[in-house]
Amino acid sequence: MIEGLNPGTILILGALLVPLTSGVIRSILLLVLPILALGQLYALGLGVWGQYEFLGLSIEVTRIDKLSRIFGTIFCIASLIGVIYSLHVKDTVQHFAALIYMGSALGAVFAGDLITLFVFWELTAVTSVFLIWASRTERAFKAGIRYLIIQVTSGVTLLAGVILYYQDTGSIAFEYIGLGSLAGGLVLAAFGIKACFPFLHNWMQDAYPEATVTGTVILSAFTTKLAIYALARAFPGTEILIPIGVVMAIFPLIYVVLVNDLRRVLAYSLNSQLGFMVIGVGIGTELALNGTAAHAFIHILYKSLLFMCMGAVLYRTGTVKTSELGGLFRSMPVTMVFCLIGAMSIAGLPLTGGFVSKAMIMSAAKDYGIVVIWLVLLFARAGVMDHAGIKVPYFTFFGQDKGIRVKEAPFNMLLAMGIAAFLCIFTGVYPAFLFSLVPFEPTYDAYTAGHMLTSVQILLFAVLGFVLLMRYKIYPLEQPATILDFDWIYRRGLKSLTLAIGRLILVVWGWILGVANGALGAIINVTARTHGDGKLMARTASSGRSIALIVAILGVVVVFFYR
Amino acid sequence: MTGLSSQFAALVVVLPLMFAPICALLRGRTLPWAITTIVSALSFYVSIELVIAVNTGGPISYHMGGWAPPWGIEYLVDPLSSYMLLIISGISTGVLIYARDSIAQEVADKHLGLFFTAYLLGLTGMLGICITGDAFNIFVFLEVMSLASYVLIAMGEKYDRRALTAAFQYLIIGSVGATFFLIGVGLLYMMTGTLNIADIASRFSEIEDTRPARAAVAFLVIGIGIKLALFPFHVWLPNAYSYAPTIVTAFFAGTATKVSVYLLIRFIFTVFDPEFAFGIIQLKDILMPLAVLGFLSMSAVAIFQTNIKRLLAYSSVAQLGYMALGIALASEAGLTAAIVHMFNHAVVKTGLFLSVGGMFFMVGSVYLKDLAGIGKRMPITTFGFVLGGLALIGVPLTPGFISKWYLVVAALETNSNLGYALVVAIMMSSLMAVIYIWRVVEVAYFRSPPEGAEHKEAPLSLLVPCWMFILGSFYFGIDTTVNVGLAETAAAFLMGGAP
Repeated sequence: MIEGLNPGTILILGALLVPLTSGVIRSILLLVLPILALGQLYALGLGVWGQYEFLGLSIEVTRIDKLSRIFGTIFCIASLIGVIYSLHVKDTVQHFAALIYMGSALGAVFAGDLITLFVFWELTAVTSVFLIWASRTERAFKAGIRYLIIQVTSGVTLLAGVILYYQDTGSIAFEYIGLGSLAGGLVLAAFGIKACFPFLHNWMQDAYPEATVTGTVILSAFTTKLAIYALARAFPGTEILIPIGVVMAIFPLIYVVLVNDLRRVLAYSLNSQLGFMVIGVGIGTELALNGTAAHAFIHILYKSLLFMCMGAVLYRTGTVKTSELGGLFRSMPVTMVFCLIGAMSIAGLPLTGGFVSKAMIMSAAKDYGIVVIWLVLLFARAGVMDHAGIKVPYFTFFGQDKGIRVKEAPFNMLLAMGIAAFLCIFTGVYPAFLFSLVPFEPTYDAYTAGHMLTSVQILLFAVLGFVLLMRYKIYPLEQPATILDFDWIYRRGLKSLTLAIGRLILVVWGWILGVANGALGAIINVTARTHGDGKLMARTASSGRSIALIVAILGVVVVFFYR
Repeated sequence: MTGLSSQFAALVVVLPLMFAPICALLRGRTLPWAITTIVSALSFYVSIELVIAVNTGGPISYHMGGWAPPWGIEYLVDPLSSYMLLIISGISTGVLIYARDSIAQEVADKHLGLFFTAYLLGLTGMLGICITGDAFNIFVFLEVMSLASYVLIAMGEKYDRRALTAAFQYLIIGSVGATFFLIGVGLLYMMTGTLNIADIASRFSEIEDTRPARAAVAFLVIGIGIKLALFPFHVWLPNAYSYAPTIVTAFFAGTATKVSVYLLIRFIFTVFDPEFAFGIIQLKDILMPLAVLGFLSMSAVAIFQTNIKRLLAYSSVAQLGYMALGIALASEAGLTAAIVHMFNHAVVKTGLFLSVGGMFFMVGSVYLKDLAGIGKRMPITTFGFVLGGLALIGVPLTPGFISKWYLVVAALETNSNLGYALVVAIMMSSLMAVIYIWRVVEVAYFRSPPEGAEHKEAPLSLLVPCWMFILGSFYFGIDTTVNVGLAETAAAFLMGGAP
């Protein structure tokens, strides 16, 4: 392979081949690309490649250190799982967009400077929206537009921050930035939008449930974790992140109980899990960053596992509303088992990956000395257990049998789920694998009696709570209702203003496109007139004229050399 | 080295030269072909041995007839020339495997023996140019190669009489080029009193400010430029490539112009030394505009062609522009790009011409209008063309991508606005490559075949060598140790060899 080629570009460039293939060849291509990227990542080892001076800025296309490597590794694995899961899809646009999206997320992780980061950052935004639009419904289209606006805003904010940062420091290296200046604030805001900080979070719950079955699985793995990586790189130990993370971890739990659409439930719980990681970054100690990276790793596995299970249910039954599902364990037993493994992992049951990574972040919080954080994390963990760990499997596979009888999920979906489930268990049983990947030297033993006891206790309490609520019929279940979130304000209030601006932009854009179209047409015309078949440049000149031309040029060259 | 292996440097040229007249005496379809193929394969084997020897033991100097240079003729095998020997003999052997059925159809039976004689002489000329260390000897081999190629191109007359005029025009323009080259060498001989390249190089710095030396440089650059089909000296090439028999086109597209690129590199970097060529006389200002104009303009012309062979011929001129640009960048990275692209383009273009040859073999035409729906009629051959096309465009995992990657890196290394402009130009040219390959794909797959057209693949003897080149090109796009590794060694040798 080419020395220093950013592994992300393998996926992006490979995506260009997708439209030319079909059938088995396309499947092979799709499967090979993530494996090649992973191979490239490990073939390169640690180091820095592709440094250029561009307009006085030092670009660093590929930087692999231990922090970017663990994120890159899980991104490659998630790409592979996502590709397997979507093999049955025949939609070229989805495959194409998904590959470029995954590749640019991967590329962003290995970006060594802020400009490269920005380019990939925007690319993830622009390509991922196609996975939402691919549902081809009116709702999905509108949600996609909202999603795109917010994502591009994040990119623009990032660019503004980078420019200011360059003016302040004269460097665009993607290293610790900190909150010292306006530039740092803008960059943090840009990362915060993608990381779903409170009040910046609605795009996710809005858009993810509208994406296609396979699109949601792929979307859930990359965008937010890329933001977590960026935070861990640029803002470790920034204390403001701790309260932000705390709110993130708890706030979505309220909605989780209320919401009916199970994919939206998962989106809210995803938000809560991100809170864990943001707290980890805010604490910023080695153990905390290790925990954050490890948690992101495990989180991608179990979250995509759960999304895959819900996707399989949606694929077969056509719905993921709690009010319409129930008793599916008869029809989809294998999916049920995988869903339970995912639930156990998200709940942090011992012997699953979630246990190890959550224990690391909680220990870091305890060492940090603020008991409140530890308690909050404990509470959030119990909450997660309640909703994602129990609610999702219960209402889908058990609960009241609604008499839905469908086939088991297709083989490729089961295979993808199986790989994710295996990795969830494997990292839990054999945490040394995870520790070998974390960015700092690990000095942590997850399986002490104390940890085990704490986690089993809270989990039991969560189960107890769920059972009690169900028993006394207090649990707000199976109500098809619309839940208002913070985004109501800007979806209504800002809408008219935005529309006015939008119309103006459309007019200007239309004019620019018109001019560009005219110019392009003129260029093509001139080219056709001079380079067309039998025209000046394509004509065979007579030998005499050719020789005359040659001699003339010789004359010019001789004079040129004599000077 | 001892025994036979000590004579390898001579053998690689002498073998094809010796067997050429023997072929002229032979009749029938198989015998001359078999002998030519075996001889070419032997040359290929010897070339591999020479590459290994040079890369382990350093350059080899062989004294013809035991006469020490500068009096005798010296054969000098250094990393660059051994790389060239490898390309030329390898392409030649691959094409010859394909040749038996193809040439029997395209050339009159009574001419077959002479055809292979000319072929072997052409091979001799190319190998000789690359291996000899004597400036006049280069001219001799250049003429051997050229005369053979005029004959070979004219052989296409069985199908299209325009081959004769194409060959004649090539003869006129090619002879002018060779003459310019000879004038240049003569002037150098006049000033330095020697014809040995190493000798000229060591004395060149003393005479570099004299008028005859400057004139010599001009004559050499233009002379080689004509043979190289550097834009705008390319007039002879599209016709010659369109009307020559398939295997001649495939062989020459892969090798003949590359030999001239080799000569340009040899004279600029070994004889003149880059400091003179790019520092004092600013050769870059001549070469770079021609190269850039060349690949932009010729890619544009290729878009509008209706004859696939002609389309590929124009694309070849464009690709030569990339190589010239690599040289003009005057850096080790640029030189590596140029040398790597010689290899990569040779493999890819030969594969493309061979797949077009397969279509011609079955359909009897290379015009787009006759090839509608060819993707359904000859799926394997056409898919080979598509893969080759991707490699030509420079899609990742193909050698075209490797070459462009190095070229872009070299352009960026200049750290100037010019470098960015060059990158934009390269990208535009690649985009045009997408368009002209797409035109063929569109005709091949999206038009329905004419009524009653038979669905039949080309015979295996054509398919196998064609796919050998196609798959080979993908191999060299992924494992680049051979093509890039050797090119880097050669470039480092040339840049380091400059005093």
